[in-house]
Order: sequence, then C-alpha cells, then structure tokens
Amino acid sequence: MGQTKIFSGSAAGADAAVADIADGSTVLIGGFGTAGMPYALIDALIRHGAKDLTVVNNNAGNGDTGLAALLAAGQVRKMICSFPRQTDSWVFDALYREAKIELELVPQGNLAERMRAAGAGIGAFFCPTGVGTPLAEGKEVREIDGRTYVCEYPISGDVALIGAYVGDRMGNLTYRKTARNFGPVMATAAKITIAEVRRVVEVGAIDPETVITPGIFVDRILDLGTSGQHDAKGSDDAKGPDDAKGPDAKDWDAKDWDAKDWDAKDWGVGERAS
Amino acid sequence: MIEHADRGPRNKDEIAEAVAADIPDGSYVNLGIGQPTTVADYLTAESGVVLHTENGMLNMGRAAVGDEIDPDLINAGKVPVIELPGAAYFHHADSFAMMRGGHLDVCVLGAFQVSQDGDLANWHTGATDAIPAVGGAMDLATGAKDVFVMMTMFTKSGVAKLVPSCSYPLTGVGCVSRVYTDVATVLVGRDGARVSETFGMSFAELQSRVDVELRRLDDEA
Repeated sequence: MGQTKIFSGSAAGADAAVADIADGSTVLIGGFGTAGMPYALIDALIRHGAKDLTVVNNNAGNGDTGLAALLAAGQVRKMICSFPRQTDSWVFDALYREAKIELELVPQGNLAERMRAAGAGIGAFFCPTGVGTPLAEGKEVREIDGRTYVCEYPISGDVALIGAYVGDRMGNLTYRKTARNFGPVMATAAKITIAEVRRVVEVGAIDPETVITPGIFVDRILDLGTSGQHDAKGSDDAKGPDDAKGPDAKDWDAKDWDAKDWDAKDWGVGERAS
Repeated sequence: MIEHADRGPRNKDEIAEAVAADIPDGSYVNLGIGQPTTVADYLTAESGVVLHTENGMLNMGRAAVGDEIDPDLINAGKVPVIELPGAAYFHHADSFAMMRGGHLDVCVLGAFQVSQDGDLANWHTGATDAIPAVGGAMDLATGAKDVFVMMTMFTKSGVAKLVPSCSYPLTGVGCVSRVYTDVATVLVGRDGARVSETFGMSFAELQSRVDVELRRLDDEA
C-alpha cells in the first residue's frame, strides 16, 4: 500500500530492507544463474540470519556467492527449482547428498506459471507439461478437448527478492536484457517484494510505456546506484552516502558467468535448460 | 529411403547440418544446450529462422566474444550471447507460454532414449545417487510443435538408444518426430519408426542392431 520505500545501497540499507523476514519464510529469489540475481539482498539475508527458509529459484546456486552462499550458511530447509545440478553447484550438491536440504523439482515453465498463478489469484491450473512423467505422479489429471493435463497449484512467497535495472519511488521497475527472467513474475507472487536496482530515478523519469513491473507489485527498492538521483524525503533510509564497501553497480561486470557449461555439455542430455 | 553404406557414420557436424536443413524457413526454433546448439552454425540469415532462448529472448545471436560479453545477456546454457536486430526480451512466464501455447515451431534436444512412438527420455537416468534436474526440457518437449532429437544411435557399450519403450524416466510422451543420429535419420511417432537415411551401414544391419521394428520411409509412399 502507498509509496514504495527506497533503501540506500549501503550494507545498512540492505539490512533494513530485509530486517522483517521471519524464520520459516518462503523466499522467491530472482535470477537465472547469475543474471538478475539480487546479490546485495541475499548478502543482507545472510547477515540477517533468518533460517528454515524455503527458497524458490530456477537453480540452486552458482559458485560460492549469492544463493550458493545462502545455502552454505545453512539457512535454507528446502529448494524449489527446475535445475539444481550445474557445473558450479557444489554447495547445493554437497547439502543434498548429506540430506541437509529438501528438493522439489519443478519443470521450468511450471515454476514460472505456478508463481504467475499465485500473483494473478488463480487457484490452480491444468497444464500439459510433465504428463506421463515422474514429475506428474500423484497429481490430478484431466482430459480436456482430447488432451491430457495435470493440475498444478500456485507457488506464492512471503517475500520476493529480485534484481531489476531502474526503479522509481512509485516502485516501477525496468529490467535489462535476459536479467529480466523471473523478476516480473516473482514480483507479483509475494506478500512483500523487494527489488534491488542499479539506480533509482525521479518519478516520471521512466517512460510509462516502458515500465515492466508496475509499482503496485513492489514494496521496497534497494538503490545500488551511486548517482543519488532519488529524493530522500519520505523514505526511511534513502539519503545515506553510498557505502564504499556496499554493493557497487560495478559488481555485475565482474561476476563470473558459467562459461564452463559451454564446454562441459556434450549432447545436451540431462543438461537441457539450466 | 537412401542407404549411404559406402561411407562412415555421420560426425556431429554432419548431424547438425542435417537438422538445420530440415528446419523450415521462418521457423521459431529453440536449440537445446550442448550439441543441438551447433545447429545454429548451419542456419543461414536468409532462412529467416528466429532462435528462442527460454530464459527470455527471441532472435538470439551467436556467442559473444571480447567486449560483446554482457553478464545480463546470456542463453539458456548461461553462455553470453549477442542480440540480433529485431530481438525481444520477455519474462519467464511469457517465454514458456510461447512453448506451451504452440507458438514455437521446432525444438532440438539431446536424448538418452527415444521410443518408436516418439516418447523422449533425456533428463534423468533414474540412478538413485544422481541429483535430478529437468530445467525446461519437459516444457519444450510438450510445447514445441516439432521436436527433433540429435543423438548417437548407440551407447558407448553398443546399446541402442532408439527403443520400443523407454526404460529411463520420461521427459514427454509421443513428442519426438525426428531422430538424427550418426548412423541414421529416423522418423518416429504414431506410425512407428521409419528410416529415411542410413550412414555407414545398411538398413538391414541397422535393423539387426536395434529392437525396434524399422520400416523404410518410402515403403508407405
């Protein structure tokens, strides 16, 4: 309700943005691999220490940062994802083999659509994906116009942590290239949506025709930018000077992307979409 | 049906080229990670084929190099790529609606096994110690209008992957239409397995090495 709160991109700002995440929460975390992953918010959630979390993401962490670090911290009880196993998912792999984490495997499109359903107020939907496979076992099946569908239920979050590109105080968001991925869907599907953005601009500076996530879906914005273009008035923690140690907009340039996947795969079996 | 018994089996590049040749001009196409990705090398700009990547992009270009590399612009294999003129970005629910809704013309996938009826097994061997991962394979297999498979016909130990019925957990039921392998191209589906070409072996030899009852494609013409 009302205006979106803007938090400065300092560590303290990020900590304030996630301070009320409770133990046992379901947390929708945006990103496909590292593209669009909200690193600053995840780091804050690690410092916050909330535990017994159920986390929804397409993957189950890459390398040792971001979601992988949250898993390594022992804060996650259950992962809901489509593709946990990757060349650099050693943190999840070890936890899974030691039975220290639960896994609910969901086809990638069903993962997106189940969250879309949650955000759109749909009670359940019949979907053709997975029919006749182990992932549909035990689920209600119905034939509609000669085709078989399986009943899928929504996935909603207590909180969504997403990465976006530009935001404003209304909560409007734009995204950049394929870093958009799950962000717009997750933003609709959680009670509280927190977006980290590369910069916050004045209300009116985003062309309304280009808004991807309307502000009604966004409760809090973490401003990673150093431009200080936003107006501090009315926000809890908006104006603080940007913390040199805090998340930096440059961070994303340095992030490793999974180049190894390219060579490691052979015929694409068992390694389909990641 | 054509028997190319006087040459060796096809290599990976030749398989990719054969798949590309069968993709209709102007198709919207999703290429799986790994070997299917190499099909793009044989698609010409004139073909008008538009590549879809399920993480949220249409008209994806080749792998990015040097300064082109942008961590925000990756394909489903998480490899940095470039955008072509006319590219579009969209979120995951839209991306999978494109498949499920029947808008995607062709997808090309790898496989552990394909049945004569077109069932596909490509996500899990069922091994109890394996960490399962499915990604978008089921969505693609079920949603794309045509599913082409690229694989070797036999495992390293010589067991046929074209089978009467898949023993591995299924990805999709009756979804595959064509199988491109090193030794043959085979159409599968409701009409059973029909061989259109063989490479490095005769139809008779191929039949002797698979349990599926094969037919020559032109038998029914």
